[in-house]
Amino acid sequence: MTAAGPPHITVRNLTMAFGTFIVMRDLDFTIPRGEVFIIMGGSGSGKSTLLRHMIGLNEPAQGEVLYDTENFTTADPETRLRMLRRVGVLYQSGALFSSMTLAENVGLPLGEYTGLSPAEIRDVASVKLSLVGLKGFEDYYPSEISGGMQKRAGLARAMALDPEVLYFDEPSAGLDPISSHLLDELILELRDSLGATVVVVTHELASIFAIGDACIFLDPETRTGTPYGAPRELLKTATDPKLRRFLTRGGESPETVRDHG
Amino acid sequence: MAEAGGQPAHGEIAVVPTGDGGLLVRLAGTWRLAGGLPSLAEVSQAIAGGRVRVVRFDTGDLRGWDSAVLTFLGSLEALCRARQIAVERDGLPPGLQRLLALAEAVPEKQGARRSAVDEPWLEEIGEEALSVWNQVATGLAFLGEATLAVGRLLRGKARYRRVDFLVVLQAAGAEALPIVTLISVLVGMILAFVGAVQLTRFGAQIYVADLVAIAMVREMGCIMTAIIMAGRTGSGFAAQLGTMKVTQEIDALTTFGFSPMEFLVLPRILALSLMMPLLCVYSDVLGIIGGGLVSVGMLDLTAVQYFNESKAALTLTSYSTGIGKSVVFGVLIALAGCLRGMQSGSSSSAVGDAATSAVVTSIVLIVVADGMFAVVFNVLGI
Repeated sequence: MTAAGPPHITVRNLTMAFGTFIVMRDLDFTIPRGEVFIIMGGSGSGKSTLLRHMIGLNEPAQGEVLYDTENFTTADPETRLRMLRRVGVLYQSGALFSSMTLAENVGLPLGEYTGLSPAEIRDVASVKLSLVGLKGFEDYYPSEISGGMQKRAGLARAMALDPEVLYFDEPSAGLDPISSHLLDELILELRDSLGATVVVVTHELASIFAIGDACIFLDPETRTGTPYGAPRELLKTATDPKLRRFLTRGGESPETVRDHG
Repeated sequence: MAEAGGQPAHGEIAVVPTGDGGLLVRLAGTWRLAGGLPSLAEVSQAIAGGRVRVVRFDTGDLRGWDSAVLTFLGSLEALCRARQIAVERDGLPPGLQRLLALAEAVPEKQGARRSAVDEPWLEEIGEEALSVWNQVATGLAFLGEATLAVGRLLRGKARYRRVDFLVVLQAAGAEALPIVTLISVLVGMILAFVGAVQLTRFGAQIYVADLVAIAMVREMGCIMTAIIMAGRTGSGFAAQLGTMKVTQEIDALTTFGFSPMEFLVLPRILALSLMMPLLCVYSDVLGIIGGGLVSVGMLDLTAVQYFNESKAALTLTSYSTGIGKSVVFGVLIALAGCLRGMQSGSSSSAVGDAATSAVVTSIVLIVVADGMFAVVFNVLGI
């Protein structure tokens, strides 16, 4: 789907650990600019932990994360902040600031990192909210809207600064199939229109097949991850029995999965 | 025939040895959880002899069963496994056979079982000491970060929302007035009562005014306000920040490049250290009024006498020590509340623990700090 350009994100030799407990070791993969990259694996395999390492919320026990050619892991706090400004994150629960309205949520980073006037910030926030289908909800508080809407508002906030990289942590968790499908469409649209690199943590097979350009499969038993190409090709090419079981819901014939996907 | 649990169960169990080294367990009637589990005693007695090679079942008269029978069979099979006795499931209803197979489908994960082994007491003491030391270390690190944040605030570089500050200011100030009023008046009255009983014996009723005024202004005013605020606002801080941690709001702030320390902790420290002295003065005044009510009502003092005596007893030093302490208490409460909130785990019970621990920590800090103030003031002769 996309021509593989120079790597946008490079994860080199990454080992994640909590104290002496090793979650994953020696993860090595690159993500080309403008691709949708899927981090997949069973529950508890460390998918979200990998995401947290990539945005600096957890420190790697070993190894490093690079954006373009700039080392994020060894950067000083100031540089990190500058690099994070080009990154947007949609958290699992949306993580909207509950004391602020949706417009204030989206406007917070704009007020901090741009010289826009309050009126302009509100306009930008309205545009971002309308992109995710929340036009007219500017003055609602997060607790007043549904979970799916909170997630979309979280996406609007993640897109506030027109980031080059968008991270999604379990975007379809807690969404009905239709909302989840719409979110997938939105992710593809953002990638195409903004040219953003998208990293999605998910175990939702339908999404994985629909949007993934490349992926990494985390195996909690061997505590390693193997990078692969486009997930929809994997059903034909994959030889690892664990990966095949994962992609076929534990043994369903590949045909059925593809039909539903 | 055995009846499980001593009360009449609808089911019956019989254990019949068969000639070929087998043991026939006969289950009949209806076995439900409500009626108790079939007793394992007879079976274990029968196989204790060592001659039993195989256990079989006869369930021809078993009319109803649920997890009661399943649990019984599970224990029975474990017992037989330990003694290497075969169990033939053929005699069981097909449903039970399938459930037993399902329970065995996923083998126990090695090392997953939590062992309830008691650690040696020396190790426990060591672990406890290490965790206390860790707590002190994280507390100091938090204090350091908060100090840096205050430094950035003074240089005008700290980033937080003024709205948040004003909201906390209101919650920690105006909204606390009713409870502070109630407690302060009562404390003033109690002091006056206690003083009155003793001082009347010497005919020195008038000194009740001195007692109340000095006690309120130097100690009780700031201590009582601090304890109220620890329970009211400190726990609130911990719960708010703990919940923000659960909902990943703090992560979101961090990835947006905001320091949670500046954005969340700073406005709270600032608001509480500004409001505490005001509340303390308010509490002082109300305490003295409360003492006055008792004095005028119980002793033969007039309001004017009481007021003049109070005024004479108080010095600017008394006031400033109380107010100075209240600022420190405010900072301590805010720090303890925010620290516990930021340390909170990610579950609803962890947030509750954080709130509780915030109150306990604040009160300990307040009392310890007050003790240190008392010593320092004593040495300085204030």
